[in-house]
Amino acid sequence: MAKTKQEKTSLSTNNKASFDFSGGWNYSPSPESISHVKLKERYGLYIDGKFVAPESGKYFRTSNPATEKALAEVAHANEADVDKAVKAARKAYENVWSKLSAKERGKYIYRIARLMQERSRELAVVETMDAGKTIRESRDVDVPLACSHFFYYAGWADKLEYAFPNRKVSSLGVAGQIIPWNFPLLMAAWKIAPALATGNTVVLKPAETTPLTAMLLAEIIHESGLPAGVVNIVTGFGDTGAAIVNHEDVNKIAFTGSTNVGKIIQKAIAGTSKKLTLELGGKSANIIFEDAPIDQAVEGIVNGIFFNQGHVCCAGSRLFVQESVANEVIRKLKDRLDTLYVGDPLDKNTDIGAINSREQYETIQKYIEIGKKEGAEMYESSCSLPKNGLFIRPTLFTNVAQSGRIAQEEIFGPVLTIQTFRTIDEVIQKANNSPYGLAAGVWTDKGSRIFNLTTKLRAGVVWANTYNKFDPVSPFGGYKESGFGREGGLHGLGAYLKMER
Amino acid sequence: MERLEILKTYKIFIGGQFPRTESGRYYTPLDKKGQPLANMCLSSRKDFRNAVVAARKAFGSWSERAAFNRGQILYRIAEMLEGRKAQFVEELVKQGSTKAKAKQEVELSTDRCVYYAGWCDKYQQIFSSVNPVASSHFNFSALEPMGVVGIIAPQTNGLIGLVSTILPAIAGGNTCVVLASENSPLCAITFAEVLATSDLPGGVVNILTGTEKELVDQFHSHMDVNAVVYSGGNAEHAKVIETGADCNVKRIFIYEQDFFKETAESPYYLTDLQELKTTWHPIEQIGGATGSY
Repeated sequence: MAKTKQEKTSLSTNNKASFDFSGGWNYSPSPESISHVKLKERYGLYIDGKFVAPESGKYFRTSNPATEKALAEVAHANEADVDKAVKAARKAYENVWSKLSAKERGKYIYRIARLMQERSRELAVVETMDAGKTIRESRDVDVPLACSHFFYYAGWADKLEYAFPNRKVSSLGVAGQIIPWNFPLLMAAWKIAPALATGNTVVLKPAETTPLTAMLLAEIIHESGLPAGVVNIVTGFGDTGAAIVNHEDVNKIAFTGSTNVGKIIQKAIAGTSKKLTLELGGKSANIIFEDAPIDQAVEGIVNGIFFNQGHVCCAGSRLFVQESVANEVIRKLKDRLDTLYVGDPLDKNTDIGAINSREQYETIQKYIEIGKKEGAEMYESSCSLPKNGLFIRPTLFTNVAQSGRIAQEEIFGPVLTIQTFRTIDEVIQKANNSPYGLAAGVWTDKGSRIFNLTTKLRAGVVWANTYNKFDPVSPFGGYKESGFGREGGLHGLGAYLKMER
Repeated sequence: MERLEILKTYKIFIGGQFPRTESGRYYTPLDKKGQPLANMCLSSRKDFRNAVVAARKAFGSWSERAAFNRGQILYRIAEMLEGRKAQFVEELVKQGSTKAKAKQEVELSTDRCVYYAGWCDKYQQIFSSVNPVASSHFNFSALEPMGVVGIIAPQTNGLIGLVSTILPAIAGGNTCVVLASENSPLCAITFAEVLATSDLPGGVVNILTGTEKELVDQFHSHMDVNAVVYSGGNAEHAKVIETGADCNVKRIFIYEQDFFKETAESPYYLTDLQELKTTWHPIEQIGGATGSY
């Protein structure tokens, strides 16, 4: 009793001091049920409307990064498998899909969108289990956005002649699509939906660490009655992707992933007639001016870098704070960091889930070490981490040099670098001083300043007083080494169409 | 007594100036009869790099010019071109064209300048968009120039090919480094003189003469070049450029066509060299005030 009294007293006297969360900030566990999810032990490839065993005879395990326990076995497609998939896609393109009326094509895509919505809870849970992202995110962001992407592009199928003035548009043929592990289902939707709407057939390869929702999507596509071979899904590693890129009968490559692999693909298809879009890495600047609504900005910073464990190509990983408010922003940011709940991705309280794979976990740890060695000052949340699984505390670096590797290279994890600035000119130069150009954030109360900055920042997406917002109608893609081509919106159609006068 | 003709010294065009190549080298393209056309600068890697520096320096202010102002300057280029018609015809004939064909080429080139002058303040309205996102944000996508564009002009049709590749780049606010036709370079330098007297800021267009073979690697490997337009007609060089473009994920466009045709002018040549930027801006939501005003 006495102890409780004492605690109460100290709380009341500490009212005006900064918050102290060191005693813990605990929630009762609130895990999402997985009882409705029935994963198969083994997944084959989805080729020509059938789930088939791989010619390679090889399978690999995909695991839950929160526990590092295996979830299922997945086929490792080799060149022969990819060839089979491309042949199926070609046959479906020639015999069925290109002959179908645009209206009917659209209706298939609508049907896929609806079936996805029906199975959205299952998709969200599997996404969380396979990728380590929080259930709140997969339930409220990834899966709804993936559905709406199909819904949006379905409607374009019979309206393509309005998209590009004075041009006659036609489909390209077979699209080879390679997607990353950070938004497995959403990226599959970003790739498949516009490709189908524009009349192409698809061979899609999901990332090796996150193949499961793509296989569920294959089931949904199968269930929708989409003609066999229109969408083929082949799981595997880099060699599977390379087989798609190098296949002679593929007309278009769409790749989302690292800049390094993007460059290899750009080189590999040089001199061929394959059309290419690349959505690559980033090191996006998030800029806070002194007149910004600071509390909102702090939320924006947190969302910008810690959303999806920082596994976001457009993550606001370089924070620039105007000097006059730097101390305040950093203090509030550290306070906020301590309230972030890192843990079981399936728990609805969790803010930050598991790092996607051991390989990525090691990469992030490597960069944290580099940051320390470079002389930057590190701060990490005091939160406790689960005993098992791949987790990293949200981490900040202050006193970061512009030339530092942690300020220049993409870390792809919950690690934020903080630099300060005095003038607008200075921050524009610093923000643009990067080989990347995917996204940027600007926080200020002044409208004219926002539009001044958005036009000067060399980045494909600029968020003003917000960050990490996505929508199927909103074109997404980068400048410079963040790739080329846009996904989403009317402009996303162009990547999948031949245009003639 | 017969008057001795003053021969023109053809130099290169960098940052609004007409320097000689820093290498001090020259080459002598020949006309159809095997007679020398002129001593041309044999531009070096260093010239190329200087030109990129000039183009990058000019990019900021050129891309921020009012679209209307860019249109006026492009129209001024047409006016200057028209005024030098006789000179261009003469040079084209020297380079092997017939008089009638040369006249047609100069007139078409002038008209193409007018065509792109008109696009400067119009393409944005056609190709940008306001995007109805599901959240409370005003979201729009607008085009922005890519930056510094390397252009390898067609080997044939020394003037129309040049105009058809340069104009869409600069109409959209890019700056460029251009390699003129190796064998028909005369009117490229005369065109540079047109540009220099058209209120076009120095560095927006930089024109080099020399050999494609020597300079092709510079176009794809320079880290401060954002895009390359290749219309030199050499499939091998086209592939070399595409293969080397990965160093900084350059945007590569290979244009193979007859630039006399109407299809050689279109706003899509302009939009090829544009990036699309999407901006999100929150919309205030205050309870109570619902739509029925």
